[in-house]
Amino acid sequence: MTLKELWHRLGSPRWFYQISGRLRLVLGLTALVLLVTGTVWGIAFAPPDYQQGNSFRIIYVHVPSALVAQSAYLLMGAAGVVLLVWRMKLADMVLAATVPFGMSMTALALFTGAAWGKPTWGAWWVWDARTTSMLVLLFLYMALYALRQAIPRPETAGRACAVLAVVGVINIPIIKYSVDWWLTLHQPATFRLTAAPAMPPEMWLPLLVNALGVYCFFGANLVGRLRLEILERERGTAWVRERLAGGQL
Amino acid sequence: MSRPPLPPPSQTGPVGVAGLFAAQLGREWVASLRTLAETLNPLVFLFLAVTLFALGVGGDAEALANQAGAILWVLVLLATLLTLEALFRRDYDDGTLEQLVLLGKPAFVPILAKLAVQWALSGLAMTVLAPAVGMLLFLPAEVLGLTMLTLLAGSPALTLLGAVAAALTVGLRRGGVLLALLALPLFVPTLIFGAGAISLAMAGVDVTGQLYWLLAISVLALTVAPFAVIAALRISLE
Repeated sequence: MTLKELWHRLGSPRWFYQISGRLRLVLGLTALVLLVTGTVWGIAFAPPDYQQGNSFRIIYVHVPSALVAQSAYLLMGAAGVVLLVWRMKLADMVLAATVPFGMSMTALALFTGAAWGKPTWGAWWVWDARTTSMLVLLFLYMALYALRQAIPRPETAGRACAVLAVVGVINIPIIKYSVDWWLTLHQPATFRLTAAPAMPPEMWLPLLVNALGVYCFFGANLVGRLRLEILERERGTAWVRERLAGGQL
Repeated sequence: MSRPPLPPPSQTGPVGVAGLFAAQLGREWVASLRTLAETLNPLVFLFLAVTLFALGVGGDAEALANQAGAILWVLVLLATLLTLEALFRRDYDDGTLEQLVLLGKPAFVPILAKLAVQWALSGLAMTVLAPAVGMLLFLPAEVLGLTMLTLLAGSPALTLLGAVAAALTVGLRRGGVLLALLALPLFVPTLIFGAGAISLAMAGVDVTGQLYWLLAISVLALTVAPFAVIAALRISLE
């Protein structure tokens, strides 16, 4: 199958539903293996940090969730372009399905950041460049969530969210840059992370495993939500009725 | 007393792009003056909010002056937000917006004219009023000119980005809070550079770079936002 064919096939929710069952299973199992390996390795076997002791281990949750939260927003921007240009139904479903996941991952990154900040910086919250950008990202996610809820017609809501997601994606680098600039102005070097500049591999390998695991988890979660969305939106079609009648989902 | 009807969005007969822009500009101007109280409300809000700030701080000149740049810029953001609510409302309700989108001419021409008038009566007006607001906040006289420059350079971005949010929410009956939630995160960079430039200038640092940044954000918004506004309006009109 060429890429072009795949692109056209993605226009069919039915086709996606048929192939995605196994995809979800593979992604889910990979995520489970990777996350368990990475977390156990990081918590039990990685060496403690020479300055932060054991408290640094929250990095194994913090960094992967922050990474996937940002990637999810980029994915929504891409899905927004696809929806506005090609009107692909699946893109709208990707937009709808990514928001709750991205929002909870952003919240998790902020929460673990606060829990890590208390022992390391002595405060739950600091207006550090990265925490601030993540907070703005959370607001961007909330705006998308609220906009979709506010518009009654799902099709209209999807395209409105697409416009907002695209504008948001263009804004994210500017927000990031401006916040970085603002930090260096106000608090030079006070709140730098005290971790050693180059981590030894025993410390960053579990982090890498967990990061890959959380991406697989994102994939599995996204595919699962997409399948539900497809069933809900296509519930009037013959193939969904047949599947429901046959009891195979 | 019945008023003469507003001039139509475009004259009859063939109209060029420039003619369309001028006609829309004139129409928006007349419409804004007809609803003068509505146009002025956000500017009154700006002064009212400054007063509340001064009362809350206790009128301490030094405390106010230290934060003057931040207070002024945050209040300008909020006042701009108040102007956005009405930006497309009337034209949406009476069907003018639908006609603008269906004109068969590039829709960004009349939309740009709308936004230009909107900016003149909010961003530009607040730029002109900034020295008065600054004096109420005991902003040092040396930076009053710079404060105006930051507003002049940054406020177009506020109107343009805010218009995207306004266009997305115009079809909703209670879009007010949602509009704030959509627009304010997009205002973050402008706020940072605008308020940052004022506090830096008070410390005696050269802030040309920040002004260039504000201008760059405004130019980027000018190139992207009108198309997003039109896309959003088409969606809201469905």
